[in-house]
Amino acid sequence: MTEWEAVIGLEVHVQLATRSKIFSRAATTFGEYPNSNANAVDIALPGVLPVLNGEAVRMAIKFGLAIDAEIASSCRFDRKNYFYPDLPKGYQISQLDQPIVGRGTLPIFFGDGSIREIGITRAHLEEDAGKSIHTAYDGLTGIDLNRAGTPLLEIVSEPELHSAAEAAAYFRELHGLVTTLEICDGNLNEGSMRCDANISIRPKGAVILGERTEIKNVNSFRFVERALKYEIDRQIAVLESGGKVVLETRLYDSERDETRSMRSKESSDDYRYFPDPDLLPVEIPDELIESVRVTMPELPTAKRNRYIHELGLTDYEAGRLIEDPHGARYFDAVAELSVNAKLSANWILGNVAAALNRDEISFVNVPIAPDQLGTLLKRIQDETITGKIAKSIFELLWTEGGSVDGIIESQGLRQLDNTGELEGVVSQIISDFPDQVGQFREGKEKILGFFVGQVMKATNGKANPKQVNEILRRELRA
Amino acid sequence: MNPYANVTQLRSGLDNGDFSAEELSHFYLDRIDAEEDLNCFITVDAEGVLEAAKRADKAIADKRIGPLTGIPIAHKDIFCTRGLLTSCASRMLNNFVAPYDATVVERLKRAGAITIGKTNMDEFAMGSSNETSFYGPVKNPWDRECVPGGSSGGSAAAVAAGLAAACTGSDTGGSIRQPASFCGVTGLKPTYGRVSRYGMIAFASSLDQGGPLARSASDAGTLLNAMEGYDPNDSTSAIADATDIFSSSRALKIGIPSQYWNDLSPSLTKVLEEARRALESLGHRAVSVELPHTNAATAVYYVIAGAEASTNLSRYDGIRYGHRTASPENLEDLYQFSRSEGFGSEVKRRILTGTYALSVGYYDAYYLKAQQIRRLIRQDFLDAFGEVDVILTPVSPSTAFKREALIEDPISMYQQDIYTTPASLAGLPALSLPCGVSDQMPVGMQFIGPHFGESSLLTLGREYQSETDWHALHPADNHD
Repeated sequence: MTEWEAVIGLEVHVQLATRSKIFSRAATTFGEYPNSNANAVDIALPGVLPVLNGEAVRMAIKFGLAIDAEIASSCRFDRKNYFYPDLPKGYQISQLDQPIVGRGTLPIFFGDGSIREIGITRAHLEEDAGKSIHTAYDGLTGIDLNRAGTPLLEIVSEPELHSAAEAAAYFRELHGLVTTLEICDGNLNEGSMRCDANISIRPKGAVILGERTEIKNVNSFRFVERALKYEIDRQIAVLESGGKVVLETRLYDSERDETRSMRSKESSDDYRYFPDPDLLPVEIPDELIESVRVTMPELPTAKRNRYIHELGLTDYEAGRLIEDPHGARYFDAVAELSVNAKLSANWILGNVAAALNRDEISFVNVPIAPDQLGTLLKRIQDETITGKIAKSIFELLWTEGGSVDGIIESQGLRQLDNTGELEGVVSQIISDFPDQVGQFREGKEKILGFFVGQVMKATNGKANPKQVNEILRRELRA
Repeated sequence: MNPYANVTQLRSGLDNGDFSAEELSHFYLDRIDAEEDLNCFITVDAEGVLEAAKRADKAIADKRIGPLTGIPIAHKDIFCTRGLLTSCASRMLNNFVAPYDATVVERLKRAGAITIGKTNMDEFAMGSSNETSFYGPVKNPWDRECVPGGSSGGSAAAVAAGLAAACTGSDTGGSIRQPASFCGVTGLKPTYGRVSRYGMIAFASSLDQGGPLARSASDAGTLLNAMEGYDPNDSTSAIADATDIFSSSRALKIGIPSQYWNDLSPSLTKVLEEARRALESLGHRAVSVELPHTNAATAVYYVIAGAEASTNLSRYDGIRYGHRTASPENLEDLYQFSRSEGFGSEVKRRILTGTYALSVGYYDAYYLKAQQIRRLIRQDFLDAFGEVDVILTPVSPSTAFKREALIEDPISMYQQDIYTTPASLAGLPALSLPCGVSDQMPVGMQFIGPHFGESSLLTLGREYQSETDWHALHPADNHD
């Protein structure tokens, strides 16, 4: 039986986080009243002209630097002509054969610690279209041009992905990168990143590519994986039953978890691309590239290496922390203050992640400032408070705010480590529980835990557990 | 009041209190009424101009006087004017009231000019005879059987007939210069990028350039001074240091390209030769110069202009504004019928040829080839300007022709542009000014200058006009 190999390339449209549109001064804010973010340029009134947003260029350069790609010293915008109601000019301004970002690579990391470098063919700037709304008006279609002119960076990968899981990992890695670079808000629900996948199947080891299909507009990590898995299985089934895969565009239906044919690509559209005469070629001097380079944050790959090799975290911990750049930034701040990366990682992936999950919020909105969590972990390490008390202070900080040291002082949570005071408490408890003392002395070591519990209860959890243990052992043996 | 007074005369008349801006506006409004037959205007804004005139009179009284304060001008209907119909002479935009002013309109307002109305033109500036307008043809005031030229025919005829002090026009392949020549007025196509295109409805973006039509080179310079300059809303607008509109006179080397002179009719040759001698008698020297790729210019122009127009006009789809067909069955119908009904036949012809030139399989042979030849044409001029200061040519192969003479023969109509398209393709400034008459119709000559060399053209023009009277002739002389 033939062993099959999938060949997948992704085209990811990333909405750049500029404040205004790529060719107009209208705002790019999401969720505004229809057409309130569309100015004369966006609705393509007669006589208007596009003016390129320099911030979009800087963001594209930033991405290019991050994937170690060549940045074009000069690039060009072209018109892609087609009629559609939500495309106001009757053409989209895009970049055909002179993209701003050339060939680069993106390493993707897998759970088992393995790494694969995926080639990125190119990335180019273009404008987004508006939206057609078919549901709101009976028998009519509404046009909302708020999104029209939002800057997009279209990132095209080489056909080097060989499974649905790899494709999803690539998409996830790209998401981590563009959010780390702060060139995209990464909000998949709002369509900030949209993915088209080209996929074909061939016998493993074959050189020639099979006929491909394109799956349009898959906008979540999970759907990318599921849509591709479905499509791989479908194409294999077609081929194994002696059929042929047809070149076509397919749509993924997440509710039924299947892809369906949308249109045949045989009569390929003629977009009549040509250089947009309203825009001059964009010259990108080295100084501009250098001025972007100095703003580069630590990239996910470097961050991952630092977490593992310098801070001693596990692959798993490092991977989880860099998934969300806000989380990674939070971790970096906490780790620096607490001077204990491992403890910081434990707390952030444990208590903090659980609380975020419970309250359905993200790292952007963590209610505890990193300096407070850092101080809290420091107070555990300098034995000012116990781990148990720390947990309760954490809850208090989360819900009510305040400062760690303030709470410790005002609520008297300082760890009890005055030996004399603890000795008093211990001797009181020993005299209160003569039966248990007997059991201990008969060799039932386990009962020590009971005494520790009693001491903690009597001290409201503030007793230094190490000291309690020492004093108890000494007194019980006496 | 003299309907043919130039801007300098009007300026002193207003400043000296000989007449008010309001009186001047009334005067032109009455003339526009009386000359309705010429069909120069698509919109006359009587209310607007009188209001603006009152404000101008107040400003003049307060001595807050700009170069054009209180002077009534008209804009070609290709310029967006806030609150006024801006139709581009097309049924497609017959209902389009612009919500904003073009940069040119705004700057002329800032210089004090007041807007009397919007002038007729060829539909979307596509035509050389002003016969393609949805609002009907404009008549040439020198001979009402003749065309005024195009596409800025309404502007040229309005200046010639004394219906406004000056007008704006736009020139893609000769649309200011040829009508200026047919109507005996002075028209300037500035260097590409000197005048902002923002708000000037696009025909062919890499060629379109706004400019003035006026009574003299001096007036054209005054208008250019107000219109020009870098505009952040137009990416192709030039960030050039402010250059003077006029320069001090000096002896120039004037290039005479055989390619423009050899095939000229004997009657036009006679007029042009006389103009050349007049320039020589002013102390300038005429020398021959070669522009070898001139022959290809018109073909190249129609490929490039058509290609750009075909996509510039895609926005007129009946969806957001403009003409929409009644009760379409589906989206396809909406597009097809709105555009079929909204555009006239010349516009459709250009969209079709332009679409063809950009199509897969034809792009290389037409659009790309045209761009290559365009570079050669440009290089011809750059080489020539290594040797001469100004190039002197005819504007058009003929004087104004009769209406309907060429409209059914697009190729012959396109050939009207052979002397004007090369400068357009090279992005050069070119001045068209009257230099004689032939069969009682005005003849124009063209000065072509190097990029941003308007000052030598305008200075030479002003010098010529101080020694000759051709620019001061006006159609009334014919009827007297």
